[in-house]
Amino acid sequence: MTSLHSMRKNVDVHQAAHKKNRGILVKQVNVHKAQSVGIVQKNYFQCALPPDELILESGEKLGPITVAYEAHGRLNKEHSNAILILHALSGDAHAAGLYKGDEQPGWWDDMIGPGRAFDTNRYFVICSNVLGGCQGTTGPSSINPKTGEPYGLDFPIISISDMVTVQRLLIDHLEIDQLLSVAGGSMGGMQALEWLIAYPDRLKSAIVIATATKHSPQQIAFHEVGRQAIMADPHWKGGYYDGSRLPAKGLAVARMIGHITYMSTISMAEKFRRRPGDEKSHKFSAGSEVEDYLQNRGDHFVKRFDANSYLYITRAIDSFDCSRGKNLYEVFKGIKAKILVLAFKSDWLYPAEQSREIVKACKLAGVDTTYCEIDSTYGHDAFLLEVDEETHLVKHFLHRLSVKNGIEGKYRVMEYAI
Amino acid sequence: MLSETIPLEYRATLKWIRHGSSVLDLGCGDGTLLSLLVREKDAKAQGIEIDEQAIHQCVVRGLSVFHEDIDRGLSDYSDHSFDYVVLNQTFQQVKLPDIVLQEALRVGRKVIVGFPNFAHYQARFQIFFQGKTPVTPSLPYEWYDTPNLHFLSISDFIVYCRRREITIEDSSFMGKNGIIKIFPNLFALVAIFLISPLDSEGNSHGASIRKNITR
Repeated sequence: MTSLHSMRKNVDVHQAAHKKNRGILVKQVNVHKAQSVGIVQKNYFQCALPPDELILESGEKLGPITVAYEAHGRLNKEHSNAILILHALSGDAHAAGLYKGDEQPGWWDDMIGPGRAFDTNRYFVICSNVLGGCQGTTGPSSINPKTGEPYGLDFPIISISDMVTVQRLLIDHLEIDQLLSVAGGSMGGMQALEWLIAYPDRLKSAIVIATATKHSPQQIAFHEVGRQAIMADPHWKGGYYDGSRLPAKGLAVARMIGHITYMSTISMAEKFRRRPGDEKSHKFSAGSEVEDYLQNRGDHFVKRFDANSYLYITRAIDSFDCSRGKNLYEVFKGIKAKILVLAFKSDWLYPAEQSREIVKACKLAGVDTTYCEIDSTYGHDAFLLEVDEETHLVKHFLHRLSVKNGIEGKYRVMEYAI
Repeated sequence: MLSETIPLEYRATLKWIRHGSSVLDLGCGDGTLLSLLVREKDAKAQGIEIDEQAIHQCVVRGLSVFHEDIDRGLSDYSDHSFDYVVLNQTFQQVKLPDIVLQEALRVGRKVIVGFPNFAHYQARFQIFFQGKTPVTPSLPYEWYDTPNLHFLSISDFIVYCRRREITIEDSSFMGKNGIIKIFPNLFALVAIFLISPLDSEGNSHGASIRKNITR
C-alpha cells in the first residue's frame, strides 16, 4: 500500500511537470529561480484568554483559543507586505517548506517561497490552521479546560465567519493593520470572500480560487454522505471516542468520497488502470487501481485528521452563505479590495458557474475584478496542481499591487516582455 | 505626446475618450488599448476577453479583465455602468452583433465600434473580377479560417444606425496610408465610430456627418 501511495504521488508530480508544455506560458514563468522556503516551524498564538471568551456566530462562547500558524518571509517596516493564505477542508497551517526530518512539504509549497507566486523575498506569508481544525488550532479534539477531556461534541458549532474572526485576531496580534492580500481555494476561497465582506478595510486584495458564495444541494449532499459514514462508525460513539479506538473506517470513507469529487473523469481515466494480475482486496473488487488509491488516501487521512473536525468543518462550509440572505451585489458594495477570481474548467465540485456568480456580483457592485477560467483537466484538485498558470496570474497580480503600494522586495520580479 | 507607433484607430479612440472615464473593452485581447487608455487618459479600465493567454497578458499589464464571452458577458451589468464601451475589431466576430451592440449602448453612455470595411475597393475588385471571397489588409483571412462571422461595409453600418435610432457622434476612417477623408466606403480599410443612443428629444447629432460619409 505504501509503495503504491508513493508511486501515485510520483505520478501526480510527473503529470504536473509534463503537462505544461503548451502555449507560451512555460517560457514566461520564472520557475528556475523559484525555491522552497526550506525548514519551517509551527508557531502558536493564544487568544480569548480568561476572563474573555470569543462569542461565536451561533452566540455560543469559546475560549481560550490556540491558533497554530506558520509565517515565511519578512514583515516590512510599514507592515504592508503581509499575505494571509487560507487553507481548504483538509489543509492546515503547514502551507510551505518542510518540518525538520520530514519529507512531505506543505500543501501549497509550489506556490510559496523565494521567487514563487507568493514570493517570500517580497511578502510576509502567513497561514494558520482554522478554528475547529486538528493541526494545532483549537478544535473538537482539543482539551476542554472545563472538563480536562477532549471537547468532542461539546465543542460549539463554528462557521466560516468564526474562522475568519480568529484569523483577524492573529493578524491583530502580528500588528498588521491591512493585509496586502488574502488567498485561498475551495473552503479557503470562502474565507477570502468572508474577509472581503467582514473586514473591507483590512485588506488590499483577495485571491479567490475554485469556490462558491454558498454550497449547492449537490455539494452539501457529498459532505452529508461523508458525515453519515463517520457517524455510522461504531467507534465514533456519539462523538466521544477515545484515542485508542478511532472512527477510522468512517473517516476513511468520508475522505474517499471527497477524493472522488476532487478529480475529473479525464484525470481519473489518465491516472488509473485495471490492476495487473488477479490480486483483489475483497470479493467484490473490480480490480481497478482507483480502489487501491481511494483506500490508500482514506487510510492515510485518518492518521492526520480528526473525525469530529471533519464533521464541524464540513458543517461550517455547508452553512456558509456570504450573501447573508441579501442580493450578493449589495453585500459586495462595501468591498474596497481588488479581486482575482480563478476557476477551473473541469472542476465539477465547484463549477465555474459558481465563480461567475461572484464575478457577476462584482460587476454590479463595481468591484475591481479579474476573472480567469483556467483550462485544466484536474477537476477541483487543479487549484493545488495547476501551479504554472496560477503562479503567472498570482505573481503579476500581486506584483502590480505591491508596486502601486510602494512595496520593495529583496529582488525585483522579472518584467516579462509583452 | 503620443508615440508614432500608436495605430490610427487607437488614436481616434484616445481622442474621443475623456480623461478619467470608465471604459469597458469588449474583446480587449492582450490589453494594448486599455493600458494605453489607463496611461494616457487615466481611465478606469475593465476588459472582457475569451482567450486565456490574452488574460494572462492583461494581468501582466495590471489590467482587470473578465474571462468570458462577450455574447453573454454584458447582461450582468446594470444600465450606464461605463462612460464608454469599446468594440474594436470584435463587433464583426460576435454571434449576435445586433444584440451585443444594443447591450453595449445600454451598459455604456457611449460606444466606440471599429470594424473592417467589406466594401473597400480591393474587396469589390476581387469579388467582381476574380469571383473570390476577398482578402484585404483589414480582412486578411481566407474564407475557411476567418474569425469574422459578419461582413459589413461602412454604408451598412450607417443604415443600421439609422434603423436602430443610434446617433453617430463622430467617425474616423483609415486606409493603408492614413486617414481617409473622401469616399470612405470605397477607400477605407477600417472604420471606427463613436455612437450613442438617440437623445431624449429624438435629435441625432450625427445627421450631418452621415451625409458626408455615405458614398
